[in-house]
Amino acid sequence: MSLPVRIGTLIVAFLLVAAGGAFLVVHYFLFKPPTEVFNAGPSGQVNITMQEDPQNTVSTHPDWVSYFIKNPTTGKWDHTTIFQVPANTRINMTILGYDGCTPLRNPFWGKVTGTIGGYELVNGKKVRVLNSYSGCNVGHTFSIPGIGLNVPMGSPSLSATLCGTSPCTSGPHAVMQFSFMTPKATGTYFWQCRIPCGGGFIDGFGGPMQTIGFMTGNMEVVS
Amino acid sequence: MAAEAEAAPQGTEAAEPNHGLRIFLIWLPIAVAADLLLWFVYGPHMPPGDMASAANGQQFDIKVMSVMAAPVMAFVLTYAAYALIVWRQRPGDDTDGPAIHGNTKIQATWITVTSVIVLALFGFGTYELANPHSAGAGSGEGPSPIWKPPVAASKILQIQVIAQQWKFTYRYPKQYDYFETNQLVLPADTWVQFNVTSLDVIHSFWAYQLGVKADANPGVNNIAYSEPTQLGTFVVRCAELCGLWHGAMFDYGHVVTQAQFRLWATRTETQLADVTALLPPYATTYDPTVIKQMSAAMVKGGLTGAPGLFYPPQDPVQP
Repeated sequence: MSLPVRIGTLIVAFLLVAAGGAFLVVHYFLFKPPTEVFNAGPSGQVNITMQEDPQNTVSTHPDWVSYFIKNPTTGKWDHTTIFQVPANTRINMTILGYDGCTPLRNPFWGKVTGTIGGYELVNGKKVRVLNSYSGCNVGHTFSIPGIGLNVPMGSPSLSATLCGTSPCTSGPHAVMQFSFMTPKATGTYFWQCRIPCGGGFIDGFGGPMQTIGFMTGNMEVVS
Repeated sequence: MAAEAEAAPQGTEAAEPNHGLRIFLIWLPIAVAADLLLWFVYGPHMPPGDMASAANGQQFDIKVMSVMAAPVMAFVLTYAAYALIVWRQRPGDDTDGPAIHGNTKIQATWITVTSVIVLALFGFGTYELANPHSAGAGSGEGPSPIWKPPVAASKILQIQVIAQQWKFTYRYPKQYDYFETNQLVLPADTWVQFNVTSLDVIHSFWAYQLGVKADANPGVNNIAYSEPTQLGTFVVRCAELCGLWHGAMFDYGHVVTQAQFRLWATRTETQLADVTALLPPYATTYDPTVIKQMSAAMVKGGLTGAPGLFYPPQDPVQP
């Protein structure tokens, strides 16, 4: 093999490796779902609406369960789990639970904590503890460990046919409503689901459970 | 220079100073000063502090090892500095140094001293593990600990540490109806037995100022002991890379007086009674796959082909 060919091969190989590295960095480390920016309304409060779906037909992982957030400007459902809110502000959260049930691994997380009043409304009914073992009636949780927030999400009845296209706009679902105060300290507070809902991964703890944009995300608190 | 050396009269070599003695005399005060500073000045501030028996034991161990290591290091540095200064190449001196020959006396001394140090540390370390005051030095001893605290089992407070992505929760013993909480509060001057387990992946329970570090493995009860002796706050961290939010898996525990602990435990037991009623029966490990209520719920929800397992049988499970 002549010297120019060897040098050319070397350069091409180097460029391929560099391109692969760049792809990995951009795709896995720099990729970030969009951030929904919420500002306080005239009442000084913020209203957020989210939904959790049994699948995700708008991404490259259609079989992963996922949360969606309703864009406060367009009113459309965006596939993201990052939202920005003002500090020391009351957040009125509404979450539509379209996904079916999965019992909590640790029933301790069936207790509502960190909300104003220490309760949530599940389909309009005040609830302080959800027993995920009694009737398989908990789908996920919405938990922000940094502020002690933990809210179990109810699920549609066992016999219901779940919504099959995301984001869900119709179909059986539970409605959870609760309020909490954002912390005075600005910063990023991660939130997560505490039910291992990553089907297809070891004990359900992989995939959407470990990926921002699906069952975990960030609450960015700004001044 | 060689010619000069050859021409030098007999007896010139006797004028060579006793380098060994000079190095020793330089090294000795440095070593003594380093040891005194390490033991009395820096020693009380060495990690992980002395908030609990296990931490105190670890601090003592680190002090002992530092005091043993400092003279060795001082010797190496003294020798290096002495060689650089005394045996440096002078301007205009282009000759080679004298040939180096083996020195049996030095080799024997070196091997003997280092062997004694290493064997002494081995013996010391073994003793410290078995020392009742350390009771395993705060490390996880598995489900059947060899080294136990020097008190009756009934005097030891049993606390189950349940690791899960990405939070530790703690289950208190029978006298408090086995309530579970995400707060770790401990009474001072009481031996605590941490029964560390996990309900998902491998974590590690690291109560830094208590000197406790024990892996949290699914299906395993990893026991570690410590006796908090000072009131205050300590940090609990996960010390095993456990997923996306591993870095955020930490919280703070508190050591309070025994009266304050009883008050807190009684009040918390009452506050958490509603969720305590939902918890599975207490077991040394927190294995969801053997919780009957959960299996029933899974079957009811049509989520399992094999009772107790998550999702369909074709999905992977923890080995």
